[in-house]
Amino acid sequence: MAAFRSNIFMLAFFLCGFSVFVTGDFQEELVIKPLHSGDIYASFQFRTQWDTDFLLGISHYRLFPKSLGQVISKFSVRELHISFTQGYWRTMQWGQPFLPSPPGAELWVWFQDTVTDVDLAWKELTNVLSGIFCASLNFIDSTNTVQPSASFKPLGVGNVTDQRFLRYAVLPREIVCTENLTPWKKLLPCGSKAGLAVLMKSEKLFHSSFHSQALHIRPVCKDWQCKSTSWELRQTLNVVFDLHTSGQGKREWSLFKMFSRTLTEACPLASSSKVYVDITDNPQGELFELSPATPLVSQAVVLGDGRTYSVYDLTDHATFGQTHSLNVLLRWRAAEREMLRPLLHGERYVAGYGLQTGEIHTLVYNNHPYRAFPVLLLDTVPWYLRLYIHTLTVTSKGRDNKPSYIHYQPSKDRLQPHLLEMLIQLPPNSVTEVTVQFERALLKWTEYTPDPNHGFYVGSSVISALVPSVVAMDTNNTQERPLFSSFFPCKEESTYFMRIYTEPLLVNLPTPDFSMPYNVICLTCTVVAVGYGSLYNLLTRTFQVEEPSQGLAKRLANIIRRLRGVPLLT
Amino acid sequence: MGLLSDPNRRRALTNLLTRLNAPICVVCYLAGVMWFMGLAFEPFTLRTYMSENAMGSTMVEEHFPAGERALATGREFAAHKKKVGGMPVNWLVKTMESRGLEVFTQSFTRKLPFPDENKERYLVRGTNVYGILRAPRASRTEALVLTAPCSQGNANNQAVGLLLGLAQYFRSQVYWAKDIIFLVNEHDLIGMQAWLEGYHHTNTTGGDWSPLHGRGGSIQASLSLELSSDVITSLDLVLEGLNGQLPNLDLANLFHAFCQKIGVLCTIQGKLQRNDWESTSGYSHSAQTMMLMVLKQASGRPWGDHGLFLRYHIEAATIRGINSFRQYKTDTTTIGRLLEGMYRKLNNLLERLHQSYFFYLMPSLTRFVSIGYYMPAFGLLAVILLLRALDLWVQLGASAPGTEDGLAEREQDPRFLPLLNKLVISHMTGVALYCLPVMSQEMAVQHFPVSETEAVVLTAIAIYTAGLALPHNTHRLLQGEGTEHGWRVLKLVALLYLAVLLGCTALINFSLGFILALSLVPIAAFITPPLSAAIMVLLSPGCTLLYCVLIFQELQETPVSLQDGWMLFLSVISQGILDHSLYGSLVYPLLALLIYPCWLLLWNILFWK
Repeated sequence: MAAFRSNIFMLAFFLCGFSVFVTGDFQEELVIKPLHSGDIYASFQFRTQWDTDFLLGISHYRLFPKSLGQVISKFSVRELHISFTQGYWRTMQWGQPFLPSPPGAELWVWFQDTVTDVDLAWKELTNVLSGIFCASLNFIDSTNTVQPSASFKPLGVGNVTDQRFLRYAVLPREIVCTENLTPWKKLLPCGSKAGLAVLMKSEKLFHSSFHSQALHIRPVCKDWQCKSTSWELRQTLNVVFDLHTSGQGKREWSLFKMFSRTLTEACPLASSSKVYVDITDNPQGELFELSPATPLVSQAVVLGDGRTYSVYDLTDHATFGQTHSLNVLLRWRAAEREMLRPLLHGERYVAGYGLQTGEIHTLVYNNHPYRAFPVLLLDTVPWYLRLYIHTLTVTSKGRDNKPSYIHYQPSKDRLQPHLLEMLIQLPPNSVTEVTVQFERALLKWTEYTPDPNHGFYVGSSVISALVPSVVAMDTNNTQERPLFSSFFPCKEESTYFMRIYTEPLLVNLPTPDFSMPYNVICLTCTVVAVGYGSLYNLLTRTFQVEEPSQGLAKRLANIIRRLRGVPLLT
Repeated sequence: MGLLSDPNRRRALTNLLTRLNAPICVVCYLAGVMWFMGLAFEPFTLRTYMSENAMGSTMVEEHFPAGERALATGREFAAHKKKVGGMPVNWLVKTMESRGLEVFTQSFTRKLPFPDENKERYLVRGTNVYGILRAPRASRTEALVLTAPCSQGNANNQAVGLLLGLAQYFRSQVYWAKDIIFLVNEHDLIGMQAWLEGYHHTNTTGGDWSPLHGRGGSIQASLSLELSSDVITSLDLVLEGLNGQLPNLDLANLFHAFCQKIGVLCTIQGKLQRNDWESTSGYSHSAQTMMLMVLKQASGRPWGDHGLFLRYHIEAATIRGINSFRQYKTDTTTIGRLLEGMYRKLNNLLERLHQSYFFYLMPSLTRFVSIGYYMPAFGLLAVILLLRALDLWVQLGASAPGTEDGLAEREQDPRFLPLLNKLVISHMTGVALYCLPVMSQEMAVQHFPVSETEAVVLTAIAIYTAGLALPHNTHRLLQGEGTEHGWRVLKLVALLYLAVLLGCTALINFSLGFILALSLVPIAAFITPPLSAAIMVLLSPGCTLLYCVLIFQELQETPVSLQDGWMLFLSVISQGILDHSLYGSLVYPLLALLIYPCWLLLWNILFWK
C-alpha cells in the first residue's frame, strides 16, 4: 500500500515536473531574520512564472491560479498589486521590510492601454477581488481612489506610463484575518498541503506583532535578452513574532515555536525551495546560536546592504537529516535593544485640538550622514477633511524647502479625495516636516459610520525614494537571485528603491449625539414653531387699540353728513 | 402668545409683574437655593449606571501578581531619585527599555511669570520619560495613557513602581488593541502640559518643550496615579479638570465598578459613601460632598494631573491612594489588579467614551445629578435678572411718553454717553486688574519690601480696591448724571450684561456660574442709589472668593482661622493667576475682564448723585 502510494506520488511528481519545465516555474522561499529587539521576522515568498499571453484567452491552467488568470484576461490587467496588512511595521525596531505595505488593504492596478473605460473596469475588478479574497475591497469607490502621477510606476516590463491607466486605493480600516488567509493560500500550487506553506497555521500567524500578506502580478522578462515577457505571480507573507508575549522566559526561536509545525518536504511542484536565515550580524555566533548547522551560505544585496544568509535547501533530502524534519532553532545569546536609525523613516500625526480644525504633520527623516536624496511623498486625504492647501509648508532644518514638483488634485465633496504628490529633496541628516491645515467637515446624518465616535481613518502617506546604498547594488537582473532581493527593479549601482508608509490617522469629526434624535427633533420643532414664530410676530407687528365698530345708524348719519359737508360724528 | 399680542392683557400682565416683582424675585432666589440644596438629597438623584456597552457586559479577569516587585522597583526608583536629586532619567529609560517598551524622552523649560511660593519654583527645567507599549497588530491609531508624577521628596515613588510593574505585566499580554503609553512626568502639571502640547503639537501658553518622537495615535482615555504608601486604606477619585471640565461619567462608573468588584474602599472628594440618607447627618454628608465638587469645579483649576487631558477631549481622571488610620488595608497587588481591569475594559472600547454624561455633579460615587436637574437651580436665579430688567424697562417706558416729541428725543441722546463712559472706564479697570499685577511686579518689588508673589497679589488687591473709588473721581468728568432716569438705564444695561455673562459661564462651568449668581444676583436685583455700600462690598466677587476659601476649608474638615484664611486667600489669588498663565485657565480673566467690570457698573449706581 505504501509502495503504491509512493508510486502515485512519484507519478504526480513527474507529471508536475514536466509541467514546470514546459509551461511555468514555481519557487518558494522563507527568509528568517532575527531582529535586534529579540523578535523574529519571517518572510515567505512564492513565485509562479508562466510564459503565456492571458489576453488571448487561455483555458488550460496548471501552476498559475485560474481565478487570477481569468481576472487578468477579463479586465485587461497589466499589473496588479494587492496587500492585506494587520499592524504597523516598526522601522525603528525592525529595520526595513523586504516588501513594504500599509496597514489595512492596499490595491493598485495598471490596466492595459487597450482598456477604454478604466473606471468601470476598476470598479468591477475591485468587486471581483473582493470576492476572491473575502475582503471589503468593494468599499473602494471614487471617494478613495486616486491616480498618482509619479509614486507608483509599473514594476514590470512595458512602456505605458500614462497615469490614466493606473488606479490606487487604500482601505486603512480593513481588518485582516483567517478568512483572507485561506483564499490566499489556495492560490499556491501546493496549497497548504506541502512545502513551506504547511507552516502557515492561522492561529500562529495571527498571534504576532505584524502580519502582512500580499500578491503581485506583473509581466517580467522571460530571459536575459528580454525578447518576450512572461507573467509573474508573487505571493508574499510577512510576519513578525514577539519575544515577550510568546516567551515563557526562554529567549529562543524555532520553526516549531513560531508556526507549531516543522518542515518535512519541499513542495513537489517547486523548482527551488529554500529557507534563508540572516546571519550577517552573527559571523562568529556571538549573538545567537543556529542549529542545525548548514554548510550553505549565500550572499545577497538587500536594501542597499550586503547580507549573508545560511541556506537550507529543502529539495535536498540531506537537509532533513535523521528525523526527516527540519526545525531551525535559534537561541539568543546576547541582547541589545537600541533603537535603529534607518536611513529613511517617516512619521505622521494630527496636531491641534478641538473639532473644527487641525493640522496634519508628516515628518520624513533622512539619517544619512552626508548624502541628500529626493523622495516622492504621496498623500491621499478623504474629502471630509478639507485641506487648506495654502497652508502647506515644507521645512527642513528650520528652513523652507521648496518641493521641486507638486501635483495636487483638490477633492470634490462626496466624489473624490485630495491627492497631493510632492518631490522633496531631503538634506543629509535632517528631518523634513510637511504640514497642512484642514477643516473637519460636518457630514450629513446618513453619512456617518455606525460608530462615528470611533473616528474616521486617513490612509498612510507613501514615501518612495531612491536611497543611497552602502554597497554596490546588483543591476544585473538576469542573474539568479533569491526572491526577496529581486522584487524592485534596480537600475543604478549607487542607489536602491525603497518605499515606506507612515501610520494611518484616526480623526474625530464633529458628531451629533445620535442617541437622542427624538429629543432633538421635538426641541427644534418646538423652538421653531412656538418660540420663533410668535417672537417674530410680536417684533414685527405694531399693535393698536381697535375702535369698537360703529352702529349702523351712526354710519348712515356720517354718510349723509359727508355729503352735506358737515363734521362727522365720532 | 395671544397673551402678549392683546395689548390689554399685556398691560395686565406687565402690571402684575411690576407690582409683584420684588416678591417674585425673592421667591425665585429662595427656590433656586432650595433646589440646589435639594440636589444632594438622595431620592432626588439618579443612580449611576454604565452606559457604554463595550465596558458593561464584557467580562475581564485580573491577574496582576507582582505588587511586591512593583514596590521594590518603587524603592529602587526612590534611591535613584535621591542620588540624582530629581528625575532619574537614565535609570527610567533603561528600566522601561528592559521591559520591552519603546522609550522616548522630552525635555522642557518653563519660566513662571512670578515665583510660585506654594511649590517653590520659578524657572522650571525637567524631563518627561515615556514608554510606549505597542499593541500587536495595531496600526498606531489609538492609545491609552497611564501617568505617574515624579514628585519631589518621597511622594509618589510607589506610583512609579506600580506603573513600571504594570508595564512589565501588560507587555507580556496578547490582548491589547490600543497602544499603551506609560508616562512619568516631572514637575507635575507643568510637565504634563509640556507633554500634552508636545503630543498634539500645540502651544497655547508659550512654554518651551522639545518635540516628541514617538506617538500612539489619538489618545482615548488616561488615568493618573498618585500613590505614596505601600498599603492604602482607600482610593480617591479626582475628576475636576481645567476650567471645570469633567471626564465622561462612564470613567467614574468604571472606577466604581472595579472598586466594588475587587473590594477596595473608594471615595470621591475624600468622602466615603453613606447609606443613611434619611438622617440629617446622611444628607449633610452628601451635601458636603457635592459642595466640595462644586467649589473645586468653580475654581477652574486642574485638581490632578489628569486635568489637562480634558482640553484634548481625552477622558481622564486621577486615582489617589489614601492611607489613613483605618484598620482595613489594601496592598499594591490589589491596586494593580484594579488598574489592570480598568485598562482591559478601556482597551475593549470601540468608540471614545461618549455614551454617558459630560455635565454632572456627584453627591456620592453611586449618585449623580445630571445637567437637566441642576440647571433649573441656576435658571431660577438668572430669571430674577430678567424680571428686574423687565420691570426697569416698563418703568423707563412709562416715564417716556411725556417726552415723545422730537425735542425730547434729542435730549435723550446724551444720556447714553455717560453710560458708555462708565462701561469703558469699568472695563479699563478690569484690563488693569488683568494686566498690571504681573507686569508691574518688578517695580513693586523695588519700592516695597515684598517678594514677587506678594507684589503680584497685593497689586491685584490694590487695583481691585482702587476700582471702588472710581465713582467719586469720575462723576466730575461726566455730565448728565444724577437723574433718576440715568441710573435706571445703567442698571438695566448692567442687569442684562450680568445675565448674559452668568448664563454663558453656567453653560460651560455650572459651578462657577452658580456661585457668582448666588452673590451677584441679589445686589444686582435690589440695588438702588441709597443701598448700603457695605453689603455691596461684602457681596463683591473678591469677597465671594474669600468665603469660598473659608467654606472649602470647612468642608474639608480642616477649618482655618481668619488669619490663616486670609493667607490662604492670598495664595489662591496667586495660584489663580499662575493657572491662567501656565495652563490657560479662564477663571482669572473671566473675573478680571468681565465679572468685576460688571460689578463696578452696579457699584456706580450706588454713588449716583
